[in-house]
Amino acid sequence: MGTNVSLEDKFQSYVDAEKKVEPKNWMPEKYRRTLIRQISQHAHSEIIGMQPEANWITRAPSLRAKLILLAKVQDEAGHGLYLYSSAETLGEPRDKMIADLQSGKAKYSSIFNYPTPSWADMGTIGWLVDGAAIQNQVMLTRTSYGPYARAMVKICKEESFHQRQGYEVVMKLTQGTPEQIEMAQESLNRWWWPSLMMFGPSDDNSPNSEQSMLWKIKRKSNDTLRQEFVDKTVPQAEYLGLTIPDKDLVWNESRGHYDFGDINWDEFYQVVKGNGPCNKERIAHHVKAHEDGAWVREAANAFAEKQAKRKNKEASAA
Amino acid sequence: MAGGWLNGVKRDFTSEEALKEYFFFLADDALMLGQQLSKWCSKGPVLEQDIAIINTSLDHIGRARLLYQELAKMEGGAVTEDTLAYFRDHLKFRNALLLEQPNGHWGDTIARSFFFDTFNFYLFDKLRSCSNKTLAGVAEKALKEVSYQAQWSAEWVIRLGDGTDESHHKMQESINRLWMWSGELFEAHPMFDMLDDSFVRFESLREVWLHKTGEVLKEATLVIPSPELWMQTGGRYGIHTSELGFILAEMQSLARTHPEATW
Repeated sequence: MGTNVSLEDKFQSYVDAEKKVEPKNWMPEKYRRTLIRQISQHAHSEIIGMQPEANWITRAPSLRAKLILLAKVQDEAGHGLYLYSSAETLGEPRDKMIADLQSGKAKYSSIFNYPTPSWADMGTIGWLVDGAAIQNQVMLTRTSYGPYARAMVKICKEESFHQRQGYEVVMKLTQGTPEQIEMAQESLNRWWWPSLMMFGPSDDNSPNSEQSMLWKIKRKSNDTLRQEFVDKTVPQAEYLGLTIPDKDLVWNESRGHYDFGDINWDEFYQVVKGNGPCNKERIAHHVKAHEDGAWVREAANAFAEKQAKRKNKEASAA
Repeated sequence: MAGGWLNGVKRDFTSEEALKEYFFFLADDALMLGQQLSKWCSKGPVLEQDIAIINTSLDHIGRARLLYQELAKMEGGAVTEDTLAYFRDHLKFRNALLLEQPNGHWGDTIARSFFFDTFNFYLFDKLRSCSNKTLAGVAEKALKEVSYQAQWSAEWVIRLGDGTDESHHKMQESINRLWMWSGELFEAHPMFDMLDDSFVRFESLREVWLHKTGEVLKEATLVIPSPELWMQTGGRYGIHTSELGFILAEMQSLARTHPEATW
């Protein structure tokens, strides 16, 4: 027991000294579990997040827009892969993470449980959802776990590119026909509040936050990040000539920040619990692809085994 | 003048018309396959293959754009790459029927790609020395991509053919099912006599294609269907299968709902 305490103390001072934790270092079991939960959740968000955008690839209204969207979704798949590998450095196999996603044990960002009925959503998601993600991920480039921090540096670069592309899609709409302008505003109306919810519960209701801050996994609170996002986004909406759907939104001179209205936390918790418009659809889609591909994966494994045997045979014959 | 087909009607072609047709064949093939492959996004058998197939789709659509841009220049006026992709109807599309066949399961998609990629590899390899500078440039740029694609689909044919009993059976069925669409790739088109010899004649690639696909299928322990079997035709004349209507309806819906919009 005494040894344990001193190991944990040592770990804390190591982290306090802003040193990165690497896979081979000793770490508290709870630190490891927290990271696996968070990194796999992040990976799942990238993977499930492909669906609402893939929904528009076949209908993208110009070839250029189609290419940009395809490339974006490909990046997300790449991020997912990169993050799964990052979580595997903590000893969690990818198969297990996928199984936990499909059983509902593991979560992913709730924002992807909303539908994408409009092309404008391809812009709004880039602008707001990727924008909110970046707010969080820039902080994570300094997270205490080395492989995660390094993954975030690479991912952040691509995410900020996505955000600019998303903003460009919305900008083109707002400079377009009356129908296009309407499309952009309607999309913003639907995504604004769910985007604010992406930062998670308010600080007094965020059970995991305190320990994560102490271990420097997380470096800013949910409410701080949310405020930064609002402050950054309001002028962007103004520039586009779009109205943020919040009647309480106002610049507060004394705080030096925007005040904004109350978030509907009932909706947030319901969507997290599985009652959003697309929760069931997203998981069913993932499960179907996985099951449809089972014979393909089995064939690939069987072929690889045959190849290995043939090689061994050749080697022993030689 | 040399004979050809325009929108289902047989007629004589000028060399300028023949050149456009040549570009449309290549551009529409690329767009169609790119569009079909993009439907796999988020549905692949494993994440790595999701990435691979999206990448391939990107290559095809990227190549289609370069070819449509050149066609837009030839057509002049208000024609753009997007009016060509989004505002032509089925009668104007020149893609081979193979490429509008549905994705089906992974083996079907692989068989379709395998037939086309192998053709495409030999085609673009030769087109690098085309007298048309744009086409030669596109071919130079595309060769690395199409080589990778031909390798990717051939490897999957082998893996599935020589994998499990189930995959062997499925892959054989896919090859058999799609075989009758492969012959159209090698049809002779008299209108291309209006172009010089550096515009590869598709029929000239048939032998090398049969040899290569035969080799791969053999390695995959699969039976090679007879090249003498009846082959379907029509795509190069603008006469398509029912599938194309649905592909275009989906692809063109948003652009056509807002014909005045730019995106």
